[in-house]
Amino acid sequence: MVPRTLRRGTPRTGVDWFLTFLRVSALTVVALGLLAFIAQEIDSDNPFARWANPDATGLTGEQFWGLVVSGVSQGAMYGLIALGYSMVYGVLGFINFAHGEVFMVGAMTGMITSNKLADAGMWESNFIGSLVLIVVVSVIVCSLTAVIMERVAYRPLRGQPRLIPLITSIGVSFFIQNASIVLLGPAAKAYPDVPDWVKTKHTFLQIEGSRILVILVAAASMICLWYVVERTKSGRAMRAVAEDSEIAALMGIDVNRTIVKVFALGGAMAGMAGILWGILFRSVIHSTGFLPGIKAFSAAVVGGIGHLGGAMTGGLTIGVAESVGPLVILEPLGVSGVSQLRDAVAFAVLIGVLLLRPSGIFGERLPAEDRT
Amino acid sequence: MGLPRSIKNSRRKGRAFTVVIALLSVFALLAAGCGNDDDEAQAPEDTAAAAPEATTAAAPEATTAAAPEATAEQAPAEPAPDPREGALGDGSLGVVEVEEGDAIQIRSLQSITGDTASFGLPIHRAAVLAVEDYGQVRGFDVDLGTSLDDLCSNDGGQAAAQIIVADEDVIGVLGTSCSGAAVAAAPLITDAGQVLISGGNTSPALTSDLVGNPGPNFVEGYYRTAHNDLYQGAAMAKFVREDLGFSTAAAIHDGDPYTQGLAQAFVDAFEREGGNVTGFSAVNKEDTDMVPVLTEIAAGSPEALFFPIFQPAGDFIADQAPGVSGLGDTVLLAADGLLNANYLPLPQTEGMYFSGPDQRFGQNANESTGKSADELTASYEERYGEPPSSAFWAHGYDAATILLDAIEAASWTEDGSLWIDRQGVRDYLYALRGYSGIIGTLNCDDFGDCGSSKITVVQNLGGEENVQESLNNVVFSYEP
Repeated sequence: MVPRTLRRGTPRTGVDWFLTFLRVSALTVVALGLLAFIAQEIDSDNPFARWANPDATGLTGEQFWGLVVSGVSQGAMYGLIALGYSMVYGVLGFINFAHGEVFMVGAMTGMITSNKLADAGMWESNFIGSLVLIVVVSVIVCSLTAVIMERVAYRPLRGQPRLIPLITSIGVSFFIQNASIVLLGPAAKAYPDVPDWVKTKHTFLQIEGSRILVILVAAASMICLWYVVERTKSGRAMRAVAEDSEIAALMGIDVNRTIVKVFALGGAMAGMAGILWGILFRSVIHSTGFLPGIKAFSAAVVGGIGHLGGAMTGGLTIGVAESVGPLVILEPLGVSGVSQLRDAVAFAVLIGVLLLRPSGIFGERLPAEDRT
Repeated sequence: MGLPRSIKNSRRKGRAFTVVIALLSVFALLAAGCGNDDDEAQAPEDTAAAAPEATTAAAPEATTAAAPEATAEQAPAEPAPDPREGALGDGSLGVVEVEEGDAIQIRSLQSITGDTASFGLPIHRAAVLAVEDYGQVRGFDVDLGTSLDDLCSNDGGQAAAQIIVADEDVIGVLGTSCSGAAVAAAPLITDAGQVLISGGNTSPALTSDLVGNPGPNFVEGYYRTAHNDLYQGAAMAKFVREDLGFSTAAAIHDGDPYTQGLAQAFVDAFEREGGNVTGFSAVNKEDTDMVPVLTEIAAGSPEALFFPIFQPAGDFIADQAPGVSGLGDTVLLAADGLLNANYLPLPQTEGMYFSGPDQRFGQNANESTGKSADELTASYEERYGEPPSSAFWAHGYDAATILLDAIEAASWTEDGSLWIDRQGVRDYLYALRGYSGIIGTLNCDDFGDCGSSKITVVQNLGGEENVQESLNNVVFSYEP
C-alpha cells in the first residue's frame, strides 16, 4: 500500500508520517505476536517463544481449531447482521443503529416460540421441523419490525440531513430495548435444551453440531440474499436505487417500495442471526443486540460498507480475530488478562483495516451524491 | 493522597473537632458582643464562612447546624438534667433533628432491577419487613423512603449515593447489594456523615484482609452483615482440596470487585492448602462466546474451575466448558452470585458445586424484633407471593435492625424533637458484639465486618423442581 500522496510526489505532512508510524507499529505488533506464537508451537522451549512471556504455554492443535470454529460461527452471525447495516447504508446512506435491536427481537421471538414448542412436546420430537418453524416466525417478526421502523421513524425524515435519521435510529434502539424490558422483563431468558446431537462434537471435524448448523445456515442465507439482490427484478430495483434513487424513480421504480423491501430483507437476515444466536448460546436478554450490533457495524465497515460480500467477509474477519487474536497474538507478547481484551481486539481490527485501507477490504460503495 | 484512609480520616476528624471548638468561641463572642442581633440568622452564615471543612456541623440547614452548638452551650450554662444522658456520640459528625410528627429517614439502595434483582430484591424486601417489625424508634416512625437501585455497578452506586446525600436528614443507608456499587457509594455516603450497612457486599476490598490491614476501598462508617469473601474463598478451597481431593484448580472472574476478590481469595487459599493453581483469567460481563477464555484455562488442564460470577456470563461458561478440549472432566464450581432460582434449573448446571452463606437459619431469631427465620420466611412469602430468591434476605434483615438499634442508642428527645448523633450511630455499630440475628451471632470488627461468616458448599441436584432441595443439599460447611 503506497499512500496516494507519495505516488503523486506531493510533500508528506506530519499526519502522513504519523499514520505511517501507526501502520508500521500495528503490523509489527501482529507480526511479533504471530512469530512468538509460531515459535512456541514448534518448540515451547525455544528462546524466542519465551522472550516476552515466560509462562506462555501455547495451544494444542485441537484447542486452536476450537478457537477458529468458535470465531467462524460467531463471525457468521456478525456477518448476517452486518448485511442489514450495509444494505440500508447502500440505499439510504445512513447507519441504522437500531438494527442490532432487530436482531435482539429475532432472538426473543425465537425464545418465546421455542419455549412454546417445547411445552407442546414438538421441540424434542421434531427438532428440525421446530427449527424451521421458529426461523419462519422470527424472520417474519423481524422483517415487520424493520419495516415498521422504517415507516414510523425514518420515512418522515427522508431528505433531511443524514445526521437526523442517525440520531433517530439511536432513539429507536433505546425504545426497542426498553419495550423488551416492559414486555418480557429484565432477566435473562433461556432457550429450551437442544437435542444431544446438536451439543455433542461431530467426530469427523471435531465441531459441535450447533456450530455446524450456524455456519451452514449463515452460508445458505447469504446465498439466498445474493440471489435476491443480483438475480431478481426487485434486487435490480434495489441496486438501481442504491446507484441513484432519483434516476431510478425516473425509470419507473417505486423507490419507497424498494426501500421497504431493503429493510425487510435486512430484518430477515437479522432474524435469522437471532435464531442462530439462540441455538448457540441459548440465552437472551434485552441488551443482547447491543454489542453484536456494534461489532456487526464494524464488520460492515471492515468489509467495505454497502458491499454484501464485504459484510460477510468483515463479519468473519472480526469474529475470527476476536476469538483467535487474544491467545495467538497477545498472550505470547506477555499481555495479561487477554480474554478480557476480545472486544478491544475486535475494534483494533476495525482501526487496523481503516488505517491500511480506509474504504474497507472490498471498498466502500457510495451512494451517487457522495461519488460526485 | 498517599496516606492510608484511616489516618486521613482521623486527621480530618481532628480538624473538624478543632473547627467546631473555634466556631463555638466565635459564636459565643458574637452572642456576647451583639446581644440584640438575631443570632439564629447570623450563625449559619458565619459557620459556613469559617469552616468549609466541617460539612455537616456547618451545614446551612438550621436544623443540623444549630444542634451541636445549642447543646454544647447549654451544658456548661445550666446544670439541669442533660436530655442526651446515655446517648452515644460526641457530635463530631453533626446531629440531626427529627421534628415531632416527622419520620427518621433511612434509605434502601439495592440492586432491584436487571439480572441481579434476584439477589438484591430479597435484601430490600427484608429491610421493609424489618422496619415494620421494629416499629417506632423512641416514638418516631422510620421512613425507608423510595427504594433506590444500585444497578450492580460502580456508576449506579455513585448516582444513587448522590441522590441520597442530597437529603441531609438521612441517617443511614441499607445497601448496596453489589460490592462494585459500594466502592463508589461508600465514600460519598460516609463523607456525608451517614452510615452504609450492606447485607450483600462481600468483597474484602471494602473492609479488611482479616489480619488487621484495611482494604483499598475501606472507609469509616461502612458496615456489612454479609461475610467477607476471604472466608468464602477459603471454604471453597478447603472443600476442593480435602473433600474432592484435587490438586489443580483454576479461576475466572469478570473484573467486578466481588468476583475478582473472591476468585483471588480462592486461589490464594488453594495454594495455601498445598494445591496448584493452573490458571487465573477474566471475562467481560457481556461476553457470550467463552471458548477463548476456556481454551486459555484448558491449557493448564485443571481438575476444578471456579467462576464466582453472575448471570448471564455464568450460563455461557457452564454451557461451553464441557465442549472445550481439555475441560471435559473438569468439575465446575461457582459461588453465591449464581446460587439462585434462575441459575440452578439450567440443564448445564446440574452437578455443579456452589459456595455461599449458610442458609440453615433454623430457629435463629433476631433479638431486636423477636422474629425467627421461619416466621420471617412465612411473612415474606405471604407478602411477596414467592420465597426469597437468595439467602441474603437474612443479612438484609439483620442489617436493618442493627441500624435501627444504633439510631436508638445514639438519640435522645428534647423539646418534642428527636436528636440523632451521627457519630453515636457509628460508635454503636463498631462496638456491636454478640448480637443475635437471623444469620447467627453478629460481631463488628474495626473495619465493619459484622457477619457471622458461616459458609456452606451445596451441590446442584438439577431440575426446576429440585431448586429448594439443591439449596439444602449441603456437602461441606465452614466456620472461621
